[in-house]
Amino acid sequence: MNDRIVLTYHVSPEDFTRAGEASSDVKNKLKQMGVSPSAVRKVAIAMYEGEINMVIHANGGDITVEITPEKIVMILKDVGPGIADVEKAMQEGYSTAPDHVRSLGFGAGMGLPNMKNYTDDIQIDTKLGVGTTVTMTINL
Amino acid sequence: MTVQQLIDSSGFSPVNAGGDARDRAISGVYCCDLLSIAMGHAPADCAWVTVMANMNTLAVAALADVACVVLAEGAALDDASAEKAKLQGITVLSTDLPVFDAALRVHTMLR
Ligand SMILES: Nc1ncnc2c1ncn2[C@@H]1O[C@H](COP(=O)(O)OP(=O)(O)OP(=O)(O)O)[C@@H](O)[C@H]1O
Ligand SMILES: [Mg+2]
Repeated sequence: MNDRIVLTYHVSPEDFTRAGEASSDVKNKLKQMGVSPSAVRKVAIAMYEGEINMVIHANGGDITVEITPEKIVMILKDVGPGIADVEKAMQEGYSTAPDHVRSLGFGAGMGLPNMKNYTDDIQIDTKLGVGTTVTMTINL
Repeated sequence: MTVQQLIDSSGFSPVNAGGDARDRAISGVYCCDLLSIAMGHAPADCAWVTVMANMNTLAVAALADVACVVLAEGAALDDASAEKAKLQGITVLSTDLPVFDAALRVHTMLR
């Protein structure tokens, strides 16, 4: 494995049919690099939840994934509405997902809790009206 | 039991038999229709029984490493989603059985 690999993705807004493509690409690349299946699964789950949140709640955004032999860092940056109360948003069951999204199976309010549970570290930097940057780290 | 054995003996209709992963051993059965709960709780290699049949179901199935998706209550994928299942080699079966009965059938076959 190279010392440091950086992957970047643009996530389009409100495109539910393509949501998950970035996460699946990262998953495939990590598999090819020989990263352990359990770490690959954690990255895939955490990144998908972040990716779909950008699609649903933030008009899309950009994702950078940095891979080193020690860790995988995912940075998901959007210029959406921001999160008013992060502590509340992190609670299981809290969701502001609209009905048309709930009918697709989203809105359980479990995305952010999954992101926390499947990573070693999560930082949420958010400002109302400015946007949100979620940084997640998985140690290898 | 492998995914192929489930396809052969369950009586469920194959929507997409799946690609190279049909010799994968099924670890158990998991039921839920809310995607992020399934994402967080479906065990790797399980058979996931749901009535939620869309593109996002397939994304969750692939990313959470489930062995196959069983669509219960006659839930059906639209053409674009069926195409994606094919492209990504995700095994999808369908049945008119309710969720519990479909899950029970898989569970019984696993024992
Ligand atoms: N990138 C974001 N920008 C703005 N708000 C967000 C963002 N991500 C999450 N939120 C807010 O936090 C809430 C909780 O997010 P979480 O992912 O846990 O649940 P959800 O997306 O509503 O439903 P689920 O993920 O279970 O389908 C959201 O409903 C939304 O209000
Ligand atoms: Mg979410």
